[in-house]
Amino acid sequence: MSQRTGLIALLVATCALLGACGSQDAQTKAAQSVLAKSANEIVVASYPALDEGIKIAIERYRKIRPDITVRLSSLSFGDHHNSLTTGLATGVSLPDVVAIDVGYLGRLIGSGALEDLSQPPYNALQYREKVFAFTMTQASPRGGGLGAMPVDIGPGTLLYRKDIIDKAGVSEAQLIESWESYIDAGKQIKSRTGASLVPNASSLSDLYIRANVKSGEGIYFDSNDRPLVNTPRFERAFALAKAARVAGLDAKMAPWTTEWFEGFKRGTFATEMSGAWLAGHLANYIAPDSRGLWRAAPLPNRVYASWGGSYYGIPKKLPDARKKAAWEFIRYLSLDRGMQLAALQGLDAYPSLIEASNDSFFEQPVAYLGGQQARLLWREAAKQIPAPEVNRLDPIAAQVIAAELEKVLELDKPIKDALATAERVISRRIRR
Amino acid sequence: MQPTERNRPRKRWLSKKWAPYVFVSPFFILFAIFGLFPLLFSVYVSLFRWDGVSPLSQMKWEGFGNYLYVLELEGLDFRTVFTQAFWQDVYSRDFWRSLYNTLWIGVVAGLPQHLIAIPLAVFIHTQFRRARNGILAIYFLPFITQTVAIVLVFQALFSAKFGVINSLLTGIGQWEVAGFAPFSLMFPTEPVDWARPQKTPWIVAFVVWWRYVGWNTVLYLAALQTIPKDLYEAARVDGASPWRQFVHITLPQLRPMIFFAVTLTLIGNLQLFEEPYVLTAGTGGIGQVAETSAMYMLRVAMTDGDFGTASAVAWLLFMFVALLTWMNNRVLKPKD
Repeated sequence: MSQRTGLIALLVATCALLGACGSQDAQTKAAQSVLAKSANEIVVASYPALDEGIKIAIERYRKIRPDITVRLSSLSFGDHHNSLTTGLATGVSLPDVVAIDVGYLGRLIGSGALEDLSQPPYNALQYREKVFAFTMTQASPRGGGLGAMPVDIGPGTLLYRKDIIDKAGVSEAQLIESWESYIDAGKQIKSRTGASLVPNASSLSDLYIRANVKSGEGIYFDSNDRPLVNTPRFERAFALAKAARVAGLDAKMAPWTTEWFEGFKRGTFATEMSGAWLAGHLANYIAPDSRGLWRAAPLPNRVYASWGGSYYGIPKKLPDARKKAAWEFIRYLSLDRGMQLAALQGLDAYPSLIEASNDSFFEQPVAYLGGQQARLLWREAAKQIPAPEVNRLDPIAAQVIAAELEKVLELDKPIKDALATAERVISRRIRR
Repeated sequence: MQPTERNRPRKRWLSKKWAPYVFVSPFFILFAIFGLFPLLFSVYVSLFRWDGVSPLSQMKWEGFGNYLYVLELEGLDFRTVFTQAFWQDVYSRDFWRSLYNTLWIGVVAGLPQHLIAIPLAVFIHTQFRRARNGILAIYFLPFITQTVAIVLVFQALFSAKFGVINSLLTGIGQWEVAGFAPFSLMFPTEPVDWARPQKTPWIVAFVVWWRYVGWNTVLYLAALQTIPKDLYEAARVDGASPWRQFVHITLPQLRPMIFFAVTLTLIGNLQLFEEPYVLTAGTGGIGQVAETSAMYMLRVAMTDGDFGTASAVAWLLFMFVALLTWMNNRVLKPKD
């Protein structure tokens, strides 16, 4: 065989392989490739924030279904969602159950790579009344259906340092009455204690953007995928963040960076807006020494917003024989009252199941928050959270908006220009 | 004589003609699967719209549309090519900005690597005997350390509020003698915000330089050990100063290694990803001033969910790397 013939043969073989990959048959065959080693094993693909909850579930599930072995397959947050992206497309090495952070929900559900749980044999929409209303809406693709079941939620809350606001002579009512009073309180706190109002001014705009969505619209897009970023809602959100930055009220620290952690440890932040789960993170590892100093309050201007949340879905390409066991385990994670409460007690995963949130455990004082009955506050917030439509294009818009907000805050770009640029860039990137 | 059972030639399961091919085939099979296939597949994907999640059968044909989308040449007024406005317009376009950032960081981090590694290698080569390996190991350490660990350390060092660098600088700037701060003009008295867009690319370049200078030193030191000592002895007999020996013996003899090391730096810096990605938390910094082409490619694939366009970015980047490597070849490759 001449060198030339060999090369041609190699190319032909590769092209054949390419063609085979694109064919439906090959993909169907690939769907037989699963991570589980036996029919009685369920593999759950997850990421560290949910791992502990799954470990608790594995222990509890073993008592109910001793015939089923549940195995956890964990990757870092980013790697997990990236590997999901490729795994769901190729159908190779599929887990039975996949954990999905709410930030990736729109795209994964929009791709049609997850089983529609609203259809038989799941009929999951029958549980709509059992979970907080917004959770089902977030997991529903346009045109109906249900891509995943909620397992925990993040009702938005304002966490504040009681000792700092007392020293500054600021009250909780002043913090939450309106956006203006919140910023005024921040100025008073800064001048009397030196503490920053928030780690980053972008928290204000993030919250305003999420909390003021009209019914039937998404955060960034309308029902026809038209960007909604060049609107008064975003203008006001950017203006709030800019006002906080100009007044020197934020520490210019991005969340989850080393200095953000250090700021909490040293008590240099007076407040932070986040999901209720942040109180658990603060207590467990970020600033355990600040026990008793923090309190929880409703968000400023008494708005309601969701901050994070986790879901579980089933890959569409999973062999049908495996889907039943996967669904039973998801039902257990999402709809079992005991399991939901165990996750809350074990790792502060706030339950998406309403029945679990009515448990007497919610009346117990939270020691880290100075004995406050904070869970009652979060339960009420969860009931009020609006349900904006989740769009698969949201991550693009979120990235563009964050970049333009930085330009407004740091480079003094006029807000109107920044939003016009954002609209143009988003339209281009989604190729409208 | 009839052949007995013992001396009868064994029947070969593989003919002499095919044996060599069979024995070398594992490499070609593995290369075809893990090397050639992904390459060709990425060319194939670059001609389609595909979100990376949907089945491959749902790919939509784009032709060269993805390449044109990435290059984003529409609306550029080439008649104004010599004006600042033209280049600002080019810089506002994602691909070109990321390419410019990559080249800028590549040059600012890459050039000093060699300008320092060569004299450093000569110094270590001539001044140390027993301690040479130990000293070299210290310079080499950053190269073998996890990038993420390095970057986290640098993040802590450059933290505006709690960083050691700012503590040191402001400590000197605020140092007072009899109510007077003598260094306040040369050193900052307030913490420096290192996240400002003017500083971010410099910090990324510094980390990259710091990380790879040891690697280049090792390369040059290895090359120095192959230069015949006779050349230096002859030069000394002729009265050549150490500087003239360096210019007329060391540098010409190092030329093949300079070519090799610069080629590695060129390719490595044009694919720069980890350092800027972790230092800027994946955002590229304010105004994306440190978003490299590799980061841009990842953003297009993972945030935009556009694997076809990301593949097009990869191939355009490959063309640039190939072009610059060819130019490097023309300039630095030793002539026979």
